[in-house]
Amino acid sequence: MANKSKKVNLDRRRFLVTATSVTGAIGATALGVPFVSSMLPSEKAKAAGASVQVDVSKVEQGNVLTTEWRGQPVWILNRSDEMIDSLKNNPKKLADPNLKVSSQQPKYCQNETRSIKPNMLVIVGICTHLGCAPSPRLSPKGDMGENWEGGFFCPCHGSKFDLAGRVFKGSPAPTNLVVPPHKYLNENTIVLGEDAKEKV
Amino acid sequence: MAKKNESQDSAGLIGWIDERFPLSSFIKNHLTEYYAPKNFNFWYLFGALALFVFVMQILTGIFLTMHYKPDAAQAFASVEYIMRDVSFGWLIRYMHSTGSSLFFVVIYLHMFKSLMYGSYQKPRELLWIFGVAIFLALMAEAFFGYLLPWGQMSYWGAQVIVNLFAAVPFIGPDLAEWVRGDYLISDATLNRFFAFHVIALPLALAGLILTHLIALHEVGSNNPDGVEIKNYKDKKTGIPLDGIPFHPYYTVKDLIGLTVFLIVFASIIFFAPEMGGYFLEANNFVPADPLVTPSHIAPVWYFTPFYSILRAVPPILNSQFPGVAAMGLSVLIFAFVPWLDKSPVRSIRYKGILFKKWLGAFVVSFIILGYLGTVPSTIWGQFPSVLPLLGGSDVATVVARIFTIIYFSFFILMPIYSKKSITKPVPTRVTMK
Amino acid sequence: MKKIIIFILLLIQSSFIFASEEVYLEKAPIDLSDQPSLQKGARTFINYCLNCHSAKYMRYNKLLDIGLSKKDIKENLLFTGKKIGDPMEISMPVKESKKWFGATPPDLSVTARSRGSDWIYSYMKGFYRDSSREIGWNNIVYVNSAMPHILWELQGEQELDKITGELSLIKAGKLNEKEYDSVIVDLTNYITYMSEPDQLKRKKMGFYVVGFLLLLLVLTIKLKKEFWKDIK
Repeated sequence: MANKSKKVNLDRRRFLVTATSVTGAIGATALGVPFVSSMLPSEKAKAAGASVQVDVSKVEQGNVLTTEWRGQPVWILNRSDEMIDSLKNNPKKLADPNLKVSSQQPKYCQNETRSIKPNMLVIVGICTHLGCAPSPRLSPKGDMGENWEGGFFCPCHGSKFDLAGRVFKGSPAPTNLVVPPHKYLNENTIVLGEDAKEKV
Repeated sequence: MAKKNESQDSAGLIGWIDERFPLSSFIKNHLTEYYAPKNFNFWYLFGALALFVFVMQILTGIFLTMHYKPDAAQAFASVEYIMRDVSFGWLIRYMHSTGSSLFFVVIYLHMFKSLMYGSYQKPRELLWIFGVAIFLALMAEAFFGYLLPWGQMSYWGAQVIVNLFAAVPFIGPDLAEWVRGDYLISDATLNRFFAFHVIALPLALAGLILTHLIALHEVGSNNPDGVEIKNYKDKKTGIPLDGIPFHPYYTVKDLIGLTVFLIVFASIIFFAPEMGGYFLEANNFVPADPLVTPSHIAPVWYFTPFYSILRAVPPILNSQFPGVAAMGLSVLIFAFVPWLDKSPVRSIRYKGILFKKWLGAFVVSFIILGYLGTVPSTIWGQFPSVLPLLGGSDVATVVARIFTIIYFSFFILMPIYSKKSITKPVPTRVTMK
Repeated sequence: MKKIIIFILLLIQSSFIFASEEVYLEKAPIDLSDQPSLQKGARTFINYCLNCHSAKYMRYNKLLDIGLSKKDIKENLLFTGKKIGDPMEISMPVKESKKWFGATPPDLSVTARSRGSDWIYSYMKGFYRDSSREIGWNNIVYVNSAMPHILWELQGEQELDKITGELSLIKAGKLNEKEYDSVIVDLTNYITYMSEPDQLKRKKMGFYVVGFLLLLLVLTIKLKKEFWKDIK
């Protein structure tokens, strides 16, 4: 055996080992694809997560409507003029007043009111800290203290957001609340889960 | 030289690990310095393939469990959910369903190899018994798994098999009820079968496979000549003269076999996942219905030889128990083969023609019983009533009885014919054919 | 080796014996790659079958795979209030339908896999007038089927010759024999497609996988030969 091994063409052997290993590894990786992708949302989940239509004609000024999209609570807040005005007082107290974290709202909501129509705020009611559900504290002052101008408060770790869902400095939540993709089908109907093509 | 090697071994990450965990020595003992006979033929592939299929079944099984619902109201729908709504779910499901059938193909060939080359003879009796235990556990695993799709075949197949327990004297009916957890196959049964299928038996199988491998590496592999390679060792190194390291020689050889196997596997999965109704039965695409029995119930093909034996044995004193006992015995009897074979040689190559004939007869009866188990017993009609004794009875049943007798004779008469059969002289060293 | 090959052949052969049936089924001339046929079949299915039968595992958006457009599905095929991702469910309650038909019309999602395409094809052509039955219809493929002939306006009415066992048209329908046959071919084609919507994708993928494995086989054979040069 010792004599024979001298004649062995080591280069060819190494080449074949590499070629087989690489091909085998490609095959194994390809085999991994179906397994990994089987864990993605299924057709059923996609169908359930498809867009929903919401009639907002009955949401009066200063009131909030809680609805559901992809199993998450979505708030639709019809802000009064005073509420919109109050947003202007906030910037210095906010962590991200200029919406630098652009993933938190679609492009067409990248504005001061974070909405398509200035009065209609559409926002996902899940705290960006650890996923608790904040509660709307729309009226100023009250048990939220003298400086409170209305907004949302997360009871889990005390994160505070203003009436545009922007997070106040000093809150544990790192970013503003999420504005989901939405559009107006007509004056009174909002479609959640589908993007508006242009700013209305 | 030797010293240098040792110091090299203990360097780097491997060295760090070796001081804490026997990694290098494990690889040496079981791969690079595990010496296997150099004359393995293609029959020696199926052990490694069985291990591969086992791993694939576990892997695909885990991913199926993520989507399957073990609930009588949802099970059937959840399988269709996997087939349609889960991304690539159909592929994973077909891999699992095809894998189960091919597992048995591989195991049957692996067992046949052992019967041919006497791989159960001293000192491999325990190795063989662990193997029989794996086979038993695998049958249970397959049986429990077959209920899960909750189709008509699943349901009525389980119904028939569980009712076999009712034939056990005295405690039978209570036993069957206990197994089902209800008065019929129901949600409770499905739920417990799921537990057995996804955790209890896979764990048992993994443990048994491990002991099977430990036993194998303790006694060393047999070979087609049945010659003990440990009898002739290199005086200096102590390495068997006819032994070659498992890695790389048998790993590269098994890779060919594995690839051929994968081609067969993929061809079935992608082009014929139902395999003409043998791997996935048409009736199993109808949701389980406790009120409607399909016109013909047959187990999956890998159980049919044993099912045939069950049907072939006539009830005695109005009791189905003899049939059930015969079926149980037909599997368990494999465990006694090491003591039934009295032949002085291991391999069929040096056993006499008599043994070969018996083994051939056994294989033929296994296949014919297997076929008969898939069809109704009326398939070949009845004997004309004028015939004495046989008149009026089903031809297929009579044929099944004859082959059942041959099946058992292979084992029971083995001490006689294996002793009688004239053997050829065995070479001292292995031969390369 | 020879023995084994013979055994395997025997095993394969036995599958043909198994396929024997009492009822003669006409072979359904379907072609799953024929998208216009699948589309026509889908329309027939949704307009006629989907009133009483559901296909609850099939989602409407799978119709995109057979070349229908989203707009077409939404405007012509979806029931009101349904979304394109919804499954083909029906609103008829199970209990009611059992009262009306004597049996609940089965879900048709996987019928092509349990009954087979040929059965569906022959069944849909096998209705005949039978005054002895309450529903007025019978079927040569599935005797005393609880289902009346839904497409009778298209096919017309057939009569069974009890001696020869053959069907003949006694009252013409809107379509001639050839046209009706093509409606049923398309319908069978669609129901077969629906039983496993990914089956064409599956076969296509199979060629790539087997091709890749053949390449790997060549490599492994060369690799083995190279290493086994060591062994005398």
